[in-house]
Amino acid sequence: MNPDLKLWLIPILPLAGAAVNGFFGGKSSRQAVTIVGLFFSGAAFAWALGVAFRFSSLELPYQEYLAHWIRSGNFSVDFAFYLDQLSLVMLLVVTGVGFLIHIYSVGYMWDDPGYYRFFSYLNLFMFFMLTLVLANNYLLMFIGWEGVGLASYLLIGFWFTKDSAASAGKKAFIVNRIGDFGFLIGLFLLIQHFGSLTFTQVFDQIKPMSPETAGAGLLTAIGILLLVGACGKSAQIPLYVWLPDAMEGPTPVSALIHAATMVTAGVYMVSRSHVIFERAPIALTVVAVIGTLTAFFAATIGIAQTDIKKVLAYSTVSQLGYMFMACGVGAFSAGIFHLMTHAFFKGLLFLAAGSVIHAVGGEQDMRRMGGLRTKLPWTFWTMTAATLAIAGIPGLAGFFSKDEILWRAYQASWAYWLVGVVTAFITSFYMFRLWFMTFFGEYRGEAAGHGAPAHDAHAGHGHGGHGHGGVHESPKVMVIPLAILAVLSVIGGYVGVPGSLGGNNHFDHFLGPVFRSTLPAENSQTQVGEKGATEQTTEGTEPKESASKELMFTGISVAAAFLGLALAWLLYYRSPDLPHRIVQRIAGLYEVVCHKYYVDEIYASLIVKPLVNGSTSILWQGVDRKVIDDTVNNAADGARHVSDEVRHMQSGNLRSYAGWVAAGSAVLIAYMIWWGVER
Amino acid sequence: MVPISYYLVLSGLLFACGVCGFLIKRNIITIFMSIELMLNGVNLSFVAFAAHWHQLAGQVFVFFVMVVAAAEAAVGLAIIIAVYRTRETLNVDQVNLLKL
Repeated sequence: MNPDLKLWLIPILPLAGAAVNGFFGGKSSRQAVTIVGLFFSGAAFAWALGVAFRFSSLELPYQEYLAHWIRSGNFSVDFAFYLDQLSLVMLLVVTGVGFLIHIYSVGYMWDDPGYYRFFSYLNLFMFFMLTLVLANNYLLMFIGWEGVGLASYLLIGFWFTKDSAASAGKKAFIVNRIGDFGFLIGLFLLIQHFGSLTFTQVFDQIKPMSPETAGAGLLTAIGILLLVGACGKSAQIPLYVWLPDAMEGPTPVSALIHAATMVTAGVYMVSRSHVIFERAPIALTVVAVIGTLTAFFAATIGIAQTDIKKVLAYSTVSQLGYMFMACGVGAFSAGIFHLMTHAFFKGLLFLAAGSVIHAVGGEQDMRRMGGLRTKLPWTFWTMTAATLAIAGIPGLAGFFSKDEILWRAYQASWAYWLVGVVTAFITSFYMFRLWFMTFFGEYRGEAAGHGAPAHDAHAGHGHGGHGHGGVHESPKVMVIPLAILAVLSVIGGYVGVPGSLGGNNHFDHFLGPVFRSTLPAENSQTQVGEKGATEQTTEGTEPKESASKELMFTGISVAAAFLGLALAWLLYYRSPDLPHRIVQRIAGLYEVVCHKYYVDEIYASLIVKPLVNGSTSILWQGVDRKVIDDTVNNAADGARHVSDEVRHMQSGNLRSYAGWVAAGSAVLIAYMIWWGVER
Repeated sequence: MVPISYYLVLSGLLFACGVCGFLIKRNIITIFMSIELMLNGVNLSFVAFAAHWHQLAGQVFVFFVMVVAAAEAAVGLAIIIAVYRTRETLNVDQVNLLKL
């Protein structure tokens, strides 16, 4: 029998924090707001850790029932929580990284007048995200799903007086709505065909079904609809456009929501639904193709960005593409592994970028940075760790997870692998480009002491307005989370060292029970995806050869990473004028990449503009004004006109009333006589 | 025997005369008399139908109408006298204190 873990406390604690700060934070001191915000998110983390320590003694999946929600005939949905290895990983990532980012925000947001509001939203986000990962049914998950969207909207538009921030928030919300539409339709299909939304009930019904290999079927439809939802939330093609704009929010928000946690909800959802996807190979292929394309596409955009946060945003989109690629080839645990390591190093990258932005007084353009290595030693070293990790330099977290994904991708198709390796190269290039531009060379901002000519600059825009000159290291409260995340970025990968490198892939084995193939035994391909990569290839009669092959592929991806590093070093450190010459050579291509392939413009002209114009001319001017408004107005006008005429009857002259009565009865009588005659 | 339509036409004419007098005349006494004329027009049609259908109900109705008309005449004349005493006029158009 399972002990009562009181899982419900984990989401409820941040909700309480959000309520306290939201209702009372405006009138209390910053210190009090800080204590409340940190206490409730920290308590959630502590409770999650407590759950993790008792985890091994649990019967899995652990389910906890809290309250009735919907009872309608045989259909029922409850407020109930579900804990297995997958939720536990997500739980720890969300609460752990979330708590660190809360600490960091204390330093980053201290000068902001909306300080209490920020912490209230941040805690609210934690509540919804934890609901999402702990839900035991799709509907509760959907509540969390929508809630994180709301929190994301609130936080992107946190500086809502800035027009770009407000519209970025709207864009995120609307694009997500498109994805949620698909998600909802998928849920309706589940209800219609399985009569339930509870994970265990749905999956138990699906498990006996065989894969839909030929032609599309119900599961394929559900899978693709769920994928549409995941694409919206996790910023995959074609719905990725909101994420780069979301960088308008405060940097801790970018780190927490738009790098570490919320955007990975799509990956979590696809992994959670792996029972469905396993039986829908077409949907799974779509997942892999979308992931692969997104990874490559976003990485190329990242090359040409000059805003430090935009580079990281496209990098996030690209890394999420890797996770989808992993899910799409059936390597769900590799996807989750990358999700975890990505949460560490990308969260760290954003926080470090925030620290840089904080230091140079709100400047985000990398062209005005440089030479910050000595001025921001802590930021520099932590960011170095994260950059090495994301680039896939051996020994750091990103290396193990990315390598795992690439190897699994190769087992599915060499094309995925090839695009993946090229993407790894590009990733390494743009990350080191960012690193060199920010920390090496001369300082190019105008606040520096060496009298650089001030050009068209407006330093210190946007938030805070730090009332101090010069570049300076961030306060301790910001540096400590950076250091912790840096340590995690370095060692986080060692939980899943693949067999070919002498490890035994603990992480994969840990998640194994969740993703163990539920297909009939003869389908060996997914079996490969479920167990350890190297030791247990089912067609592998020669596991030795497979291991050496994997080692070779590892070598190739490491080479790609170093190649990217070398290229970035050449272009942005050794001869910084070289990029300009290259750009002039390929001006056309550069323009296209620089404008993000004009995707925003294409969407604007193909979708947004027709929609706006159609709404304006047809729905607003046509239907709303001409039909609805005019009906009401004309009815009122007509009534007034008629009354204007008719009121003359009410003269107050008694005999005229009598005359009307007489005339009326005469008409009636005439009519009756006429009618009688006719009959 | 005189056909019933004769009676009805006569009754209609009487009623119409009453209506016209009621609408046209300004003297309150004349209006009063016009009302009586209308009542009697109706009475005529009642008795005509009663005779035609050999039913007493019509006759009984006429008695009722006469009684009510007598009562009305008593009350009405009293009001007219009171009005004349206070306003010194019998023109209804000038008795319009309640009108806006």
